[in-house]
Amino acid sequence: MELRDLYRDVILDHNRHPRNFGQLEHPDAEAEGHNPLCGDRLRLAVRLAGDRIEDIRFEARGCAISRASASLMSEAVKGKDRAAVKRLFDSVHALLTDPHAPPAADLGKLAALSGVREFPARVKCASLCWHTLNAALEKSATTVTTEVPDEVPSGIAQQLAGEP
Amino acid sequence: MAVTAVRPAASAVLDAERVRLDFPILARLVHGRALTYLDSAASAQMPLAVMRAIEDYQLRSHANVHRGVHLLSQEATAAYEGARERVRRFLNARSSREIVFVRGTTEAINLVAQSFARPRLAPGDEILITALEHHANIVPWQMVREQTGCSLVVAPIDRRGEVRLEELMKRLSPRTRLLALAHVSNALGTVLPVEEITAAARKRGIPVLIDGAQAVPHRAVDVRALDCDFYAFSGHKLYGPTGIGVLYGREELLAAMPPWQGGGDMILTVSFERTTYNELPWKFEAGTPNMSGAVGLAAAIDYVEALGLDAIAAHEQALLAEATAELERIPGLTILGTAAHKGAVVSFTLDGIHPHDIGTILDSEGVAVRTGHHCAMPVMEYFGVPATARASFACYNTRADVHRLAAALHKAREVFR
Repeated sequence: MELRDLYRDVILDHNRHPRNFGQLEHPDAEAEGHNPLCGDRLRLAVRLAGDRIEDIRFEARGCAISRASASLMSEAVKGKDRAAVKRLFDSVHALLTDPHAPPAADLGKLAALSGVREFPARVKCASLCWHTLNAALEKSATTVTTEVPDEVPSGIAQQLAGEP
Repeated sequence: MAVTAVRPAASAVLDAERVRLDFPILARLVHGRALTYLDSAASAQMPLAVMRAIEDYQLRSHANVHRGVHLLSQEATAAYEGARERVRRFLNARSSREIVFVRGTTEAINLVAQSFARPRLAPGDEILITALEHHANIVPWQMVREQTGCSLVVAPIDRRGEVRLEELMKRLSPRTRLLALAHVSNALGTVLPVEEITAAARKRGIPVLIDGAQAVPHRAVDVRALDCDFYAFSGHKLYGPTGIGVLYGREELLAAMPPWQGGGDMILTVSFERTTYNELPWKFEAGTPNMSGAVGLAAAIDYVEALGLDAIAAHEQALLAEATAELERIPGLTILGTAAHKGAVVSFTLDGIHPHDIGTILDSEGVAVRTGHHCAMPVMEYFGVPATARASFACYNTRADVHRLAAALHKAREVFR
């Protein structure tokens, strides 16, 4: 377990200077992701041109891994159609969880996340943005979560999320 | 029947290096490094004496309790009821009828919520809690609110993490049917002036429940001196096993409460027409209880009282002072919870580094801290942070642990430089 495998320069850079950070004007779909275990919270919006992600923006309050992963994802999916995004999602998922997964050629900078799988407690931090993007693409307005939030008192999660 | 608690004379100074030898787990390596365990507020480690008491019970005496006439059942019953008497002495309760074994603090509070509060409360009635409560002292009351239509009133805290006493007193109204509050905050370490608060509530005839999960391992608790109505704590934060905890309840209140769960052991007679319930405290202990857990808890109480709770408290307060001073020197570090009177807990944030990243980096250095919202999301919301890192100290921690924590935090700053 090497810390430097987790906190690579690319990750630290995207954490400090997240790309595509902020609000998107005239979004076609939005979604919010929440990891109640660590308080990671992510809001993400996409503008579509037909089947293609024309633009994407996100706002995140969370750890370095979740911010960097969202930033890297936003760069990687911009301009891609749904089928290509789905293929990327599968590659990233394998990268994060399967130690025997062959290195996928299409990952590009996303490969910097390969160190995460040595830190099982952090896999959810890296995958939150992808689940949130999926939810947005399904035009689901619901909050996705990495956990059944059974330890969150009713009402409080919604308050934190700024929902009524 | 009233017996004054006899506490062993505490040795003046606790020898933490010797204490550590009682906890074999502290000798293990984590990621190739010596373990620095600073997460005892979540769950304390267990000394050999507790493991051996459980082992001895299982090896020699285990059988079901309160049932058989055979020797093992008698021994198991004696061990289980002996543990109850041990807890009674520990808390200085009047009677062992006031000691109900439960799974932990959470179950104790739920028992009071469902069996004491729910049948009594109606719309217009109020349950008063404070803004620093653990979710276990919030959610059960929200459930009662949904069930009865009562209101949940929250006494605010200030920026130091102290309950604003005058605001709390203002909220003790003729409609208040119960005051439920922590003795010591798990997220901030604040020690609440429960004697003063309880006295004010009782003057108005308001029953008081104290969540003692974070207090019992660190200070002598006397429920008669506190004059509270309910007091709850967990075994595993007191160097005992998980799955065992205690609800102390004033006898006249417990006697008037309906059973919480039905089943064996909590009854005297059962026919299909009617059932008569058992006496206290068994009325609240449906089903075969956690005997080995109770035995382990009693052994844990023996252990901390042999060390001396005053000696433990003095030792931990010295570590708290040292940790606070050392952490305050780290640039960008903010301590949340700066109450005048604190338990040995340091909750903190570090500029530019999310607590979750702090937790991972500290772990790689062998330093175990808790990161997250500490099951106190309203506290996090009040301070405007999603989470904190929390180091908590116990009898087996040393100054070396404090130094390793500080060194690991410097490392975290280097990684994120």
